[in-house]
Amino acid sequence: MKPAAFDYVRAEHIDEALDVLGQEGSDARIMAGGQSLMAMLNMRLAKPRTLIDIMRLPEISRIERKGGAVTVGAGVRQASLLEWPELGQSLRLAAMALPWTGHAQTRSRGTVCGSIAHADPSAELPLVLRALGGEVHLRSARRRRRVAAADFFAGMMATNCADEELIEAVSFPADQSACAFREVARRHGDFAIVACAAVATRDGVRLAVGGVAGMPAARDFPRLDGSALEDALNTFAYELDARDDVHATARYRRDLVRMIGRDLVREVLQ
Amino acid sequence: MSRLQAGQRHSVRFTLNGKPCAGEAEPRTLLTDFLRHQIGATGTHVGCEHGVCGACTVDIDGKPARACLTLAVQIDGCEVRTVEGLAPSPDRLGILQAAFKRNHALQCGFCTAGILMSLDGFLRENPYPDEQAIRNLLTGHLCRCTGYTPIVRAALEAAAEMTGDLSREKSDA
Repeated sequence: MKPAAFDYVRAEHIDEALDVLGQEGSDARIMAGGQSLMAMLNMRLAKPRTLIDIMRLPEISRIERKGGAVTVGAGVRQASLLEWPELGQSLRLAAMALPWTGHAQTRSRGTVCGSIAHADPSAELPLVLRALGGEVHLRSARRRRRVAAADFFAGMMATNCADEELIEAVSFPADQSACAFREVARRHGDFAIVACAAVATRDGVRLAVGGVAGMPAARDFPRLDGSALEDALNTFAYELDARDDVHATARYRRDLVRMIGRDLVREVLQ
Repeated sequence: MSRLQAGQRHSVRFTLNGKPCAGEAEPRTLLTDFLRHQIGATGTHVGCEHGVCGACTVDIDGKPARACLTLAVQIDGCEVRTVEGLAPSPDRLGILQAAFKRNHALQCGFCTAGILMSLDGFLRENPYPDEQAIRNLLTGHLCRCTGYTPIVRAALEAAAEMTGDLSREKSDA
């Protein structure tokens, strides 16, 4: 299918993009790499009156490590983050998850922030942001604010980004601690049936799960093993409120959360 | 800032397979349709139109891209390469294309243009790939005829030929 008609705005400066967003609100959509939004436009699930292309803004294409955080600008493509030489030391979880984000042919154009803005419940980058406790940097013509990942995602493909706001960057705490990632999909690079990320915390482990609930969910567990761990994971799996769909049954999804969750928790706590 | 109005055609200038090229497109026109209907370059195929099947993969500024997830107006000023650019002359196949033919790496040929463009860029950056690397790259494409095995074989054979390693076997088997 083909997109409905829209005006195409090529912003040369971020203020121009913010002005158009401020004036047109929900009738306008920001497009970065377009790897999620273009599919939505083609299927007419999104019909904006104006599309604002931000990929020619030089100031948003930076990856910076400052203090304890890695900040990734809105123009940074997934392939660029994957090729960033410091990724392995600074963001190990992202290094594990990025090869699962789409395919080489979509990572070459899709952006990190775009995937987070799209907020697909089975997408890897929102899961990584949630697991690490990162922040989304929102900006409108009037204000700037930072929202924690836990508060940013609001449901299936829904976020707390206001109509006049765009994601200027996202920041991940640089993690040195043990972490693990695993995903089950029909084809490598397809949407996850279940994706799990585990990160060591001071007194245990945080397990984050994508592909089951309407948005990435995370839970902190103390150090557990044996039947106590099995019980805790079972409770978590049920609370995610899995649904049957064409890809998998709810029961299969819960089973994956229990099994992958157990393996990852053990791996991280070792 | 430039605003291209909906419903109107706008000039798009770009480089197609090394030659300057120009056409006109509405903002909503996909690169696939622009290439095929405006420019007449019908080698790029249209499959799923949501980025999953890989049939429309082209090369934009040296990187693979889904033409169905790209607007024609976005390629203004870009260098685009399509399957039409792979053969050195109209009567000769490129190394990769010849390897595909030799290995029966295509049957219906619908997915082939996209796979060739992915592999062409990949082999330039990774001249010594192993089978797993090729298979990882091919996850971005759907082929319903071949079962992928001959495609992998053709890619490895082409890589060997491009790097001058002729000890790797060429076969019709």
